[in-house]
Amino acid sequence: MRTLTKLDGDSSRARRELHNHIQGSGPLARHTVDSHGQRQAGTASFHESAEKHVTGKAAYIDDLKAPADALHVALGLSPVAHGTLTALDLEAVKQASGVVDVITFHDVPGHTDIGPVFPGDPIFVDQEISYAGQCIFAVAATSLQAARRAVTLARLSIDEQPASLDPVAAAERNDVVRPTHVQERGDWQAELRQAEQTVEGELFIGGQEHFYLEGQACLVLPTEDEGVIVHTSNQHPSETQKLVAEVLGIPFHAVTVEVRRMGGGFGGKETQASPWACMAAIIARRTGKATRIRLPRSDDMRATGKRHPFHNRYRLAIDSQGIIQGGEITVIGDCGYSPDLSDAIVDRAMFHADNAYSIGNARVTGHRAKTHTASNTAFRGFGGPQGMMIIEAAMDDIARKVGEDPLTIRKRNFYRDGRDVTHYGQSVDQKQLLHTLVDTLETNSDYWARRAAIKAFNSNSPIIKKGLALTPVKFGISFTAQHLNQAGALLHVYTDGSIVINHGGTEMGQGLHTKICQVVARELGLDLDSVRISATRTDKVPNTSPTAASSGADLNGMAARDAASKLRERLFDFAAIHFEGGLDREGMRLEDGMLIAGINESERRIPWGELVQTAYLNRISLSEKGFYATPLIHYNRATGQGRPFYYYAFGAAVAEVSVDTLSGEYLVNRVDVLHDVGNSLNPAIDIGQVEGGFIQGMGWLTSEELKWSDKGVLVSDGPATYKIPTFGDLPAIFNVELLEGHPNSMASLYRSKAVGEPPFMLGICVWSALRDALSSLTDYQQSPHLDTPATPERVMLAANAIREKAL
Amino acid sequence: MATIEFLLNGTPKQCHVPPDTSILTLLRDHLGITGTKEGCASGDCGACTVAINNPSDTQNRFLSVNACITPAHQLHGQHVITVEGLATEGNFHPAQRAMIECHGSQCGFCTPGIVMSLFTLHANQQQRPSPLTPETLEATLGGNLCRCTGYRPIRDAALSMQDFSWEAPQWFDASQPASHPLHVPESTAKSEPLFVQPTTLAELADARYRYPDARLVAGATDLWLESTQRLTALTQLIDTTRVAELRQIEEATFQAQPGWWVGAGVTYSQLEPLLNSHFPAFAHLLHRLGSQQVRNRGTLGGNIANASPIGDTPPVLLALNAWVELTSHVNTRQLLLSDFFIDYKKTALAADEVISRIFIPQLAETATLRVWKLSKRREDDITAVLGAFCYRVNQGVMEDVRIAFGGMAATPKRASQTEAALEGQPVSKASFQAAQQALAEEFQPMSDVRGSQYYREQAALNLLERLYLSLSSPNQEVMLHAYAH
Repeated sequence: MRTLTKLDGDSSRARRELHNHIQGSGPLARHTVDSHGQRQAGTASFHESAEKHVTGKAAYIDDLKAPADALHVALGLSPVAHGTLTALDLEAVKQASGVVDVITFHDVPGHTDIGPVFPGDPIFVDQEISYAGQCIFAVAATSLQAARRAVTLARLSIDEQPASLDPVAAAERNDVVRPTHVQERGDWQAELRQAEQTVEGELFIGGQEHFYLEGQACLVLPTEDEGVIVHTSNQHPSETQKLVAEVLGIPFHAVTVEVRRMGGGFGGKETQASPWACMAAIIARRTGKATRIRLPRSDDMRATGKRHPFHNRYRLAIDSQGIIQGGEITVIGDCGYSPDLSDAIVDRAMFHADNAYSIGNARVTGHRAKTHTASNTAFRGFGGPQGMMIIEAAMDDIARKVGEDPLTIRKRNFYRDGRDVTHYGQSVDQKQLLHTLVDTLETNSDYWARRAAIKAFNSNSPIIKKGLALTPVKFGISFTAQHLNQAGALLHVYTDGSIVINHGGTEMGQGLHTKICQVVARELGLDLDSVRISATRTDKVPNTSPTAASSGADLNGMAARDAASKLRERLFDFAAIHFEGGLDREGMRLEDGMLIAGINESERRIPWGELVQTAYLNRISLSEKGFYATPLIHYNRATGQGRPFYYYAFGAAVAEVSVDTLSGEYLVNRVDVLHDVGNSLNPAIDIGQVEGGFIQGMGWLTSEELKWSDKGVLVSDGPATYKIPTFGDLPAIFNVELLEGHPNSMASLYRSKAVGEPPFMLGICVWSALRDALSSLTDYQQSPHLDTPATPERVMLAANAIREKAL
Repeated sequence: MATIEFLLNGTPKQCHVPPDTSILTLLRDHLGITGTKEGCASGDCGACTVAINNPSDTQNRFLSVNACITPAHQLHGQHVITVEGLATEGNFHPAQRAMIECHGSQCGFCTPGIVMSLFTLHANQQQRPSPLTPETLEATLGGNLCRCTGYRPIRDAALSMQDFSWEAPQWFDASQPASHPLHVPESTAKSEPLFVQPTTLAELADARYRYPDARLVAGATDLWLESTQRLTALTQLIDTTRVAELRQIEEATFQAQPGWWVGAGVTYSQLEPLLNSHFPAFAHLLHRLGSQQVRNRGTLGGNIANASPIGDTPPVLLALNAWVELTSHVNTRQLLLSDFFIDYKKTALAADEVISRIFIPQLAETATLRVWKLSKRREDDITAVLGAFCYRVNQGVMEDVRIAFGGMAATPKRASQTEAALEGQPVSKASFQAAQQALAEEFQPMSDVRGSQYYREQAALNLLERLYLSLSSPNQEVMLHAYAH
């Protein structure tokens, strides 16, 4: 792959080419030599940093060179979950070798509460300690090792109090971080009263550590005025800019935040990357030195919030066919000690408590329980997965109750004509797509033949049991906080024809920057090599939304497209009048590095380089900004009704598992996935999101177990004790396809669909397949209770329990 | 303290760093080479994987290791290859090319480590081509966590590497720098930094005596966590990896039993051929012990000396009735392994002794060894419960029964009452029920992050049930073979 850097490495040649360019000989043709448009939006281009990834040249925060006198910071974290800090003796810390500065709550010059949406997150403990891992002080030293060793010398006096660790009990006594919210449609109580039969159940759904491979990190450089430049591994640079400014007590414009890339984010760097930037900024301003914070893995895992654990319950009225008539669902999110993003996360769990099924006249209630753990936060799916789990549990339970295959029950309950309005009042557009997609997958995965084979196998195998399950996903796309659905972009064309695009989104591996470059290349008819993306910076595109809610490409892509198309139209207007004889403005287009006007004999072609040069010499601006705001969406919290989502993304997956019912060990033998991304912006990247999301979702429900001590201290605080999927967990057969020929029905970016989060929930089929295998122990008469993560321990205990139940 | 000399991607380097410096710290902080990443600093994620040239091994020329927990001083006289070394201008290594072409990187942070693991696979395949089985791929990549891709494109990259040609850079055949052990000073005060590399057992025993405060280091796969996780200063270290006697495997007879003396410094990887030939169930366990990076470094002696109740090899060695040989500067003694473990992390090893060898008796022809490990994740996970069962069935009767468990007590422990319940008894539901009762009585496991007490109790009983079923219904599948043999 060629890049401009390589081509322009020889500056004299570059100057020569620029000279030729001015002469109008079109050196930018060099970029179109191998351009047949095959790497523009819609094609499987490589990740823009792929070559840098594989050679180790891609720089992450800790790789950035800092001045030799840069400081390294280690954090003093609370060892207890709840209590009062009665004394803090840091004398020995200050005297320790290499220590330059030590700061506490009392050293914060500006705001001390860094709650992102609602207050409640003190930057340091003042007196009240709310979780084990909460930051009490920070030590800056000449090396990280010196800072970490100094931290251990602190003498803390803490009046420890009992920790509240049970979210259900907390919700029952209304100990919540935000008020309970209810979505209600129709007379759900009447449905339950008049039901032919009811089915009910409850489920604990465990949380999940993000385990981004690059831990939380930032490097803060003091500027010559009162401000700072912040390099951070961060999904929300604008929020970090705001918080750093507020903590320092300086205007926002004195703070510049830059994010080139993250070594993984998954939601864990949306709000929870800011505290470290704020602390480092305070130290950088106090000392005048570059200041680096990189959390060691165990500190990272103890100090930061995770995916919310949930306790969910359902009680549903069904008819004899197993079709849901109505009922109620209650979700209790374990929010940890503060609101953070929990309001929107529990909302999203509620918005997805129906998944792909009409639940009729129903009430969905969401509690935001407060506990003494780290403040749980965004994580791919943002509560949606936890909400979906309860209705998927219900589907399996209904199937056992009415004696049908779970797939049959799922399909009967899908949104369809006449049953197409959700419990929050949005009607499901493209509902037919769900049926088409599932029918296709059912056929392609050979579901029914395998179902028969598995039943036959199980009847002859007392210990090893196989399970099969197909689960769908319907995921709402948009931030549910309406104002976040906006984005900006900044496009510069330089006089050699090369382009820099900057936008408000951040790159965390999801391929956003690649897609944005592809959008610009497509709009301007250029090869991808002509377009370079620069680091996300708050002084280029301001007031940005977090890169979250799967919205990165939808929003920023539209903004980039807006900038590129505005610039294109300006160049067309210019070209139409400027070039000799005038050009036909109608039908003017940019293709293959050329401006093309007219047709047949009257066709005129102007090379891109010449066009740009000429425009420059004629004082036409070659810079443009773009903006986008998602139309149509609204939600009324008072009524719990509205249209919170611009559209829905769909998908479905089938898993086949083998379970050793004696040991609880299991294998995922085969997985088939069919997923809807509308018109794909980049099939390779989208497949990567689908596969990666699936495995991450599977890990959440299987091996990834968060454990706390009785006193609320996280004991699964490293990869030795917290097990994300590894190579051997990749199913031996893993067929993943994108649904083709079904563009988004809404006017999204080239009719594509968001892909970041929806595939995560495809992993639910693995859990459902495990339940299916266990259910075979009762000849499919009983539905096993299987909380998550379904570790071998839980599977073994569930097998024991259901065997006893069957007797 | 001595200066370490080594080759980095073919270039000679001399460095002067404290003894508890890791290769990763050496590369990133002292040499400013940042392609190798830190993901966990505990040897569990593989982001820091580098390759060590291993010219003496004809089978595996390059070994993947976790730079975060490998002592920099052990590089002395060695050649380390990092991700920066692979590509020359316009000439990607096939591992790199395949990762690009297969879209194998997303966030890219784990990618340098994955590229290095693939590099070792590629080099070893070039040297000794063999089919790329799922087991080979799992062994190569099981120690490299990726949170983005779900591994499918990485599997594709591994399978397509051989399609790309590569012009090896000059360093590929570079000779080792002069390999002399690090200098041993005449006398060293207690607090003075020390890193000594004895080359004979006598020198090792002598160093152990002379530097009583020094820690022994072999593969460092556990010791180094004290530095990176607990911030312990490892000021004085005695490196066992250059001791010739500790790296040997000898066929021998001891206590009238045929078997093998295995040097305490033999790594899991080096042990693999012996286990493959004579103890396939043990070999299978090895595939689930740590990762390739850990198996390339961790030693049998280290696993025993560590005395963790959840170490994987001790229960197996107990069931095999293995012996350990302990050597001091004045004495050598042999001890049954069952007498070696005294209490939690407490052993019979005296302050001036080292474990020099382990005697593994050969299995009698009629005897069977079964090893079953239960853990949350199949690969690279620490045991919740491990049961090792050695026995003979003679005309339907259980004989020479030896059973040991890990994760069930403060030490790896023989289940002597359970053994007694089965010894001389027929393979029957009744004898195994009696054995289960004995087992329930003789173990009181604890609850921890890896499993609850109840689960451990139940799981251990179920492993006995599995043993019974596998003996009584040999034609019925009673386990998943990816986990158990």
